[in-house]
Amino acid sequence: MNFLKKLAVSTAVVASLIATPALSAERIALVVKSLGNGFFDAAAKGAEKAAAEIGDVEVIYTGPTAATAEGQIEIVNSLIAQKVDAIAISANDPDALVPVLKKAMDRGIKVISWDSGVAAGGRMMHLNPSDTDLIGETIIKLAADYLPEGGDVAILSASSTATNQNAWIDAAKKILPEKFPKINLVAVVYGDDDSVKSTNEAKGLVATYPNLKAIIAPTTVGVVAAAQVVTDMNLVGKVNVTGLALPSEFKKFIDNGSSKAVALWNPIDLGYSAVKISHQLIKGTKAEPGASFDLGTVGKIKLDDSNSAAMAAPFQFDASNIEEFSKIY
Amino acid sequence: MTEQNAQNRNIADRLNTPLHSAVFSWPTLLLVVAIGLFILNVFASPYFLSPWALSDATFNFTEKAIIAFAMALLIISGEIDLSVAAIIALSSTMMGLALQFGVGTPTLVLIGTLTGLACGVFNGLLVTGLGLPSIVITIGTMSFFRGISFMILGDKAFNGYPESFAFFGQGYVWWVISFEFVLFIIIALAYYILLHRTNFGRHVFAIGNNPVAAQFSGVRVARVKFLLFCLVGLMSGIAAVLLTSRLGSTRPSIAQGWELEVITMVVLGGVAILGGSGTIQGVFVAAFVMGLISFGLGLLNVPGIVMSIFIGALLIVVIALPILTNMLKERRL
Repeated sequence: MNFLKKLAVSTAVVASLIATPALSAERIALVVKSLGNGFFDAAAKGAEKAAAEIGDVEVIYTGPTAATAEGQIEIVNSLIAQKVDAIAISANDPDALVPVLKKAMDRGIKVISWDSGVAAGGRMMHLNPSDTDLIGETIIKLAADYLPEGGDVAILSASSTATNQNAWIDAAKKILPEKFPKINLVAVVYGDDDSVKSTNEAKGLVATYPNLKAIIAPTTVGVVAAAQVVTDMNLVGKVNVTGLALPSEFKKFIDNGSSKAVALWNPIDLGYSAVKISHQLIKGTKAEPGASFDLGTVGKIKLDDSNSAAMAAPFQFDASNIEEFSKIY
Repeated sequence: MTEQNAQNRNIADRLNTPLHSAVFSWPTLLLVVAIGLFILNVFASPYFLSPWALSDATFNFTEKAIIAFAMALLIISGEIDLSVAAIIALSSTMMGLALQFGVGTPTLVLIGTLTGLACGVFNGLLVTGLGLPSIVITIGTMSFFRGISFMILGDKAFNGYPESFAFFGQGYVWWVISFEFVLFIIIALAYYILLHRTNFGRHVFAIGNNPVAAQFSGVRVARVKFLLFCLVGLMSGIAAVLLTSRLGSTRPSIAQGWELEVITMVVLGGVAILGGSGTIQGVFVAAFVMGLISFGLGLLNVPGIVMSIFIGALLIVVIALPILTNMLKERRL
């Protein structure tokens, strides 16, 4: 009996220890597509950084095991039950999560989506990692930074029907005469996000344009193929490869000099900004077109007509930081 | 065995007294586990014991459990259906397709359930007609049904379901009691009666224990199996209506991986995976156990992979326990 009593008491104590809800004033849930993904782990790191800056904020980093909408709905349900103050979600499905997120908002929880958005009815605002114009400008700037005298550049894209890539290339073409008059875009070719085809197209570019100074590939497949071609054909130092690349895949080409710098969205900044925005919503800032939010070290954003905003230009990776980021994603 | 021994042998009327078998039955043990989990959850999280939280938690298992009841009968009969999640996808896609032609809520529900039934008929005909193992057939139809969904939808989604359609997956009958939960209880009762109180149920057990003997005893084995596949299809169709209504949209990846969760629920409920035995009560309690585990751990923000480990461990125990106890009994004899 005595033993049983002891057992009961100690179980209760242990349970309450495990369970004591942290006494933070604010609890912000960072819901990701799936756990065990380096990109999102990095976002969680950024979220913790923002929480530490604000103070008295607890970040709940959570997500399903498999990237499904149903799994995220279960998680949102349990967050509603926990009465968190805000949910910042990168959604597996823009539509399926709307009903449950509406329910969360009905019960007084602030809801934002980031990275991968939710349809307008299911969130107060959406944070895009970047936007078309910023990406278009960045991919040209990446090449121009290392071409002070200007010169010929070419773009190696994904497929000719890829909506994203086409919009970025259009934005790049628009910005060229304004900001980069010395850069001469000689060709746009399409590698269809296929390694073999991208390699052939890159070889074709090098052969056709002997004065080519840079290949810009706004696709993670194309950029690797182009850098491999430059490496294999001993063109390092002559042709610079740049574009949008995953640091982990691309590190060796920064190391061997075939590329000076590439860019992509920075997940740490995304998580950081999501928490900053959530905190301001909790504190009473209204999410409405024209409203502006302070993203601390990342900058400032202003909501557009659809209550969404772009965080920043893609984040640049070069010899100084590729080592660090290649370990993250 | 000598003749003398045979004469002295005492044959009991039944193996155990009714009370003994009720107390030591799998559903009772599972109920103890469920109550234990409930109490643990109350201690573990201050948010657990709220009517709305508990009501929200039931949505995590009601749809799967509705399929699990029909699946239990099918597994008891010695067959299995791995295509249930794909049937949900196809039913949901058909509803979405019908929506494009502007049909109303009653027609949508009818199309969802009938598509499920049609898939069940298709599975049933293939298995009983060709006499092939159901595991092979339904692995095939699993890709087939979901493949059609993918062909119709690609990377798009159907949405814009009417307001009145939302009731099935988001509506409440009374206070915190959701429509889904009420339907779950009604279907549980219906399957309890069907399996444990009718001749049809007896036939299901007979087929699962020995299909040849059942055939010679006058049970129409093929017909019973065919009907069971139809029932599983129909239940998947109903689950598709509920899930689509809850999500308010259709994507071809809807309910991905649910077949394994449904089967886990059935096996955890004490249904022998090789057929021949099992109870609806067991599956009913198993649904709650799985719901309590996933919701309780969710409240503590435990990562999903830990839940999978927990459920997996529970499943191994369930399968190993009867075998181990038999081993021990034999050693004692």
